[in-house]
Amino acid sequence: MTDARNAGLQSILVLAAATGVALLPRHLDLFALMQVTLFAAMSVLALSLAFIWGFGGILSFGQTAFFGLGGYVYAIATINFGDSTNAILLAVVLPALFAAALGYFVFYGKVSDVYLGVITLTVTLILFNVVNSTAGEVYRIGIARLGGFNGIPSVPIFNMPFHPEIPLSPEASWWITGGTLIALYLLLRLILVSRFGRIAVAVRENETRAALLGYDTRLVKLGVFVIGGAIAGLGGALYVNWGAFVGPTIFSLSLSAEIIIWITVGGLGTLFGPIVGCFVIQFLVASIGSQQTFNSNLVLGAILVAFVLLLPKGVVPTFLLCLVQLRKDHRARPNTTAPKERAMQVN
Amino acid sequence: MDLAIILALDVLNGTASLFLLCVGLAIIFGMMKIINLAHGEFVMLGAYATVIATNAGVDIWVSMIIVAPLFVGLVGLLIERCLIRFLYGRLVDSMLATWGLSLLLIGLVTTIYGNTMNGVPTPLGGFQVGEYRSSWYTLFLAGMAVSVMALVYALLRLTRFGLIARAVMHNPNMAATLGVNPDRVYMITFGIGAGLTGLAGGLLAPLSGITPVMGAAFIAKCFITVVGGGATIISGTLTASGLFGLINQLGAYLTTPVYGEVILFLSAIFLIRILPQGISGRFFKGMS
Repeated sequence: MTDARNAGLQSILVLAAATGVALLPRHLDLFALMQVTLFAAMSVLALSLAFIWGFGGILSFGQTAFFGLGGYVYAIATINFGDSTNAILLAVVLPALFAAALGYFVFYGKVSDVYLGVITLTVTLILFNVVNSTAGEVYRIGIARLGGFNGIPSVPIFNMPFHPEIPLSPEASWWITGGTLIALYLLLRLILVSRFGRIAVAVRENETRAALLGYDTRLVKLGVFVIGGAIAGLGGALYVNWGAFVGPTIFSLSLSAEIIIWITVGGLGTLFGPIVGCFVIQFLVASIGSQQTFNSNLVLGAILVAFVLLLPKGVVPTFLLCLVQLRKDHRARPNTTAPKERAMQVN
Repeated sequence: MDLAIILALDVLNGTASLFLLCVGLAIIFGMMKIINLAHGEFVMLGAYATVIATNAGVDIWVSMIIVAPLFVGLVGLLIERCLIRFLYGRLVDSMLATWGLSLLLIGLVTTIYGNTMNGVPTPLGGFQVGEYRSSWYTLFLAGMAVSVMALVYALLRLTRFGLIARAVMHNPNMAATLGVNPDRVYMITFGIGAGLTGLAGGLLAPLSGITPVMGAAFIAKCFITVVGGGATIISGTLTASGLFGLINQLGAYLTTPVYGEVILFLSAIFLIRILPQGISGRFFKGMS
């Protein structure tokens, strides 16, 4: 598979996805449409961690910090402005700034990987604790009450840009959410083929070597982290638009764990895999929720343990490896590129 | 004056419970380089074992000090054999797998016992300090913390097993050449760490709400304490518990318990930021 064919395959996939997003409302009832809208909003979150972990080598246990911040910023801003257009913008900018501040603190302090995990986890817990204790009249920003543990109910959903009197229909919400997901996928692809993206992957592979070649690895990591934060913030706004509600559980540890499960199941080091993982796992959790025999934590935990032990690469890379292997056997001629590298390229 | 005594008792209480909670994690993390994200669930299992044994008619002291560590220690051995032993040297994978394990244990306990459980009453009662009241149990916790500290020190420094364990952690291949089976040492060390965590769960059972997700409340505190503590298990954990226990209680006294925790977390982040290489460099020497 040459690069050109690879790019061709990807364009076909993206086109197919875009057609799917456009046509889906005709084939689904309202409930199912809302479900996939939620899945797509969560996939944006999955994409943000897939990028910083899979391509930047930064394992953040607290990606929900930016997701939740995005959600809260959107809710507070849209209640105050009465118009969602600038609120969405703020929900991207503020988490990105927060990521920049945290990232500066962490990467420029040369905190090692494991401690990065501990720090991001702790930051998420701090946000949870703080937001959780904001019940009462005192805690309000503008006219938006923070509501403590109860969260902010009846947040206005997205409206037509600069026309607050026309809220979006569920179909339009789906188009926005699904469309954003595809657009972000393309954007990240573009970033990855750019100079910055290639340096980021180099830093992931060997930070010392990249530094010795003259790249400022701290700055590169910070850039990756900020992009991840911005995307997660946007995901938060999409999530709040879906449910018209935001509460402190958005910062919860279980959601952080779930993102990591999506990526481990779908395949670390790919962008497509985590989206697949996100849809599959969320569908699974939703199905578990409607019956009583198994507890969803039990199933999720078992899945994560099983994947780490038995299929650490994840579903999508393993599937591609098998595919490449099959083609190779089929052609029965020696191939110069290593299968592993090629599988990475396809994604 | 009375207030000062009460505050001092609070700080003592915070330090002792933090030390008890962290020492098991410190052993597993410091000696085996395994980050056990299911640590909070080990605490939860210890608490459940205590409550269930007490409700079944076992004396509360026996169920706290014997049943809980024994049960969680055995669970730890089982988990080490089935899961952890495949993950030595794979730091990130071990974090992911133990996080999965933590969800699995929460799910399992929820399935069996439901979302809540009746706790056990705090034994020993209280005493009067001027116009304030405090509980004898606080002093008992401090006593237990000191005993555990002495026990771990004696085990690591004075026994043959401690010598072998330290040798294996230092250089497993060399120890294996000398006829030690590193696999067995890892297994037993993990069991001891789990058992001590179970003991902490048992001792804190009368003080905490018993739910399947109670572990989440401890996990972050334990991690920052162990990370802040540094390479040496006893002195590191002790100094960090003392420091963070003090910060937490004073913060809680001056503001609210919630902001006390926030202040604790913030100061921990700054501590890790100020001493990143010093601690990690010693912990992960020769590792990725």
